[in-house]
Amino acid sequence: MTVQAQAQEGLTRTQQLLADDPLWLVLLKVVALFAIGVVLTLFMIVLERKVVGRMQQRPGPNRTGPGGWLQSLADGLKLAFKEDIMPVMADKRVYFIAPVISTIPAFVAFSVIPFGGEVSIFGERTVLQLVDLPVGVLVVLACSSIGVYGIVLGGWASGSPYPLLAALRSAAQVISYEIALGLSIVGVILYAGSLSTADIVASQSSGWYLLLLAPSFVVFLIAMVGETNRAPFDLPEAESELVGGFHTEYSSLKFALFFLAEYVNMVTVSAMATTLFLGGGQWPWPLSFLNANGWLQFIAFLIKMFIFLFIFIWLRGTLPRLRYDQFMRLGWKVLVPGSLLWILTIFAIRTYRTSGAGNVTTLLVAVGIGLAVVLVVAFLVPDRQVEEQVVELASDYPVPPLDLSVPTPSRHKLRARPVDAGQVRKPALTGGPSAKETEDV
Amino acid sequence: MISVLAQAADQGGGLVSTGEAVVFWILGPVALASALAMVFARNAVHSALFLAATMLSLAVLYMIQQAPFLGFVQIIVYTGAVMMLFLFVLMLVGRDSSDSVVEVLRGQRVGALLLGVAFALLLVAGVGRAFSEVTPAGLGEAGSNGNLTGIGRLVFTKYLFSFELTSALLITAALGAMVLAFAQRRQSAKQGQRGSVIQRLRGDRISPLPGPGVFATADSVAVPALLPDGSIAPGSLSEIIEGTPVDEKPRREPDAHALTDGRASTKVVDE
Repeated sequence: MTVQAQAQEGLTRTQQLLADDPLWLVLLKVVALFAIGVVLTLFMIVLERKVVGRMQQRPGPNRTGPGGWLQSLADGLKLAFKEDIMPVMADKRVYFIAPVISTIPAFVAFSVIPFGGEVSIFGERTVLQLVDLPVGVLVVLACSSIGVYGIVLGGWASGSPYPLLAALRSAAQVISYEIALGLSIVGVILYAGSLSTADIVASQSSGWYLLLLAPSFVVFLIAMVGETNRAPFDLPEAESELVGGFHTEYSSLKFALFFLAEYVNMVTVSAMATTLFLGGGQWPWPLSFLNANGWLQFIAFLIKMFIFLFIFIWLRGTLPRLRYDQFMRLGWKVLVPGSLLWILTIFAIRTYRTSGAGNVTTLLVAVGIGLAVVLVVAFLVPDRQVEEQVVELASDYPVPPLDLSVPTPSRHKLRARPVDAGQVRKPALTGGPSAKETEDV
Repeated sequence: MISVLAQAADQGGGLVSTGEAVVFWILGPVALASALAMVFARNAVHSALFLAATMLSLAVLYMIQQAPFLGFVQIIVYTGAVMMLFLFVLMLVGRDSSDSVVEVLRGQRVGALLLGVAFALLLVAGVGRAFSEVTPAGLGEAGSNGNLTGIGRLVFTKYLFSFELTSALLITAALGAMVLAFAQRRQSAKQGQRGSVIQRLRGDRISPLPGPGVFATADSVAVPALLPDGSIAPGSLSEIIEGTPVDEKPRREPDAHALTDGRASTKVVDE
């Protein structure tokens, strides 16, 4: 017993509460996490179709259930009853296990997310979190890197060229964007002084890292879209290039599992972004009195998470898909060097502050003066002259002139013509003489 | 739960707690079996998968021995990045390519076998000695503030020089790989999107070549495509396939009202 007490001395409050959880509470949390994952997936699919529909000026699904909100439930049930096809060329075992590999890590990553504060469930004080490992952030990274195995193996095992291409893309994509993702987290870890998700949330009580570490946040935001294979980075399932991508040959429940994994991954990275940069379940200043209740913190967490999920949908409705080399260039030549530079800056600032060589104000003023000088010089340097290019008309093909201006229709044609009383106007193109012709006669 | 298990492992250097023993006796055989299967698997991708399974089992064993940082880094770096790179290369090679049976280096197999046995003997001797003679130190001082702090302090104080040397070696290797990769590509400079557009506009054909069967009466590759005026499109003729004769339609006079079935024009004329 004394050993146990000694072991608990080094633990934080969250870890103590979690270590005291009875088995039934742990099981309850596991089931709740699973339910959250599945329900959010169903909800997100409908929400995505509705929001993208509104963005394209159409209503989206509105038939099944109240307001069409049960559409994805119906789709899921339909998927379960579809025929499960095993392609002849498939590698049977790998083909079978690939969707499972992609789904399980997606749910495992849920376990370290701090959904809210301290609450009491059936009289037991606990925290809305399954585990709080000292390396919690790494769990999410590890899970995402294992989950991609499902995509890669599924594409390979299908025994068909398009899925194989998608698998290749996915493998390269994950290797490159995981680096950017990891580097963007470094800043947060430096400021929080811990890899535990609960500690990171607690360290943001004075201010969110969104403001303090804005460049890290931007890199994380881009890299998380790349990591979850979502538009505009959905190259492994580019339907205009690769049919269906890695899941072209999949059907029935296996296909549903891939779908589930994709959406749960979206929820997970959104939750991670909330945890790392938006202060987890903490309400912002005017509402900060709400932080006393753990369940209200849970609501704040959900609101912030849905902001990110909406951004995912928004991106999909707005941006065209990147070409593969553009995507790789963005990752390796912009995100990785950019975040390395930013980390160097953070190191410099922290070293300056801890060494006590001077106060922060003088540093900021000096940096500001330097920036101003650079800007002034940049404005004084004349622009490079871009020579006008003479486009020669290539061949006999009819090419419109470059200075073509579309003629505006003359006004009298636009004016509404008064309809003569007693004369029925027949619609054009019905075979009879058009109204214009009758008038002429 | 995991933290409780991990705490149980903390109590004393030599003792093995129940939780640790259970995990070991489940994952140890799994790791061993996967390692053997990796060696004996026929398919290269299956081998890679079994290796990944071994790595994952080892990672969980690290975690259960109170080294969660090492465990997760093992998953991220080895399983996530290195094995993924292996898979990438294996897929580029193709799924049906099997090992060649021809021995390129003479005596390579015998040599490999001997060296392998020697290495195994060395390992067994070393690890066996560790079991009997070395007293386990436990996590003790180095890990008192958690994995991460301990590793960070050691890497940046005691082992700083070797750490920097390793990173210099890695950077040199990366630069060398880039030089090798780019040196071969220099000969044919990449023509950008703009360049290819200009080239196409200056060439004798802007549109892509007509596919077989476009405007044709059949969709066989042997039937040439017909242009809208009924003549044979020369670009669609294949050099290796013997063409099938098509009856060229007589060319009609160009008619501006062809698309309206001549309806509107006749009506006007009638009235």
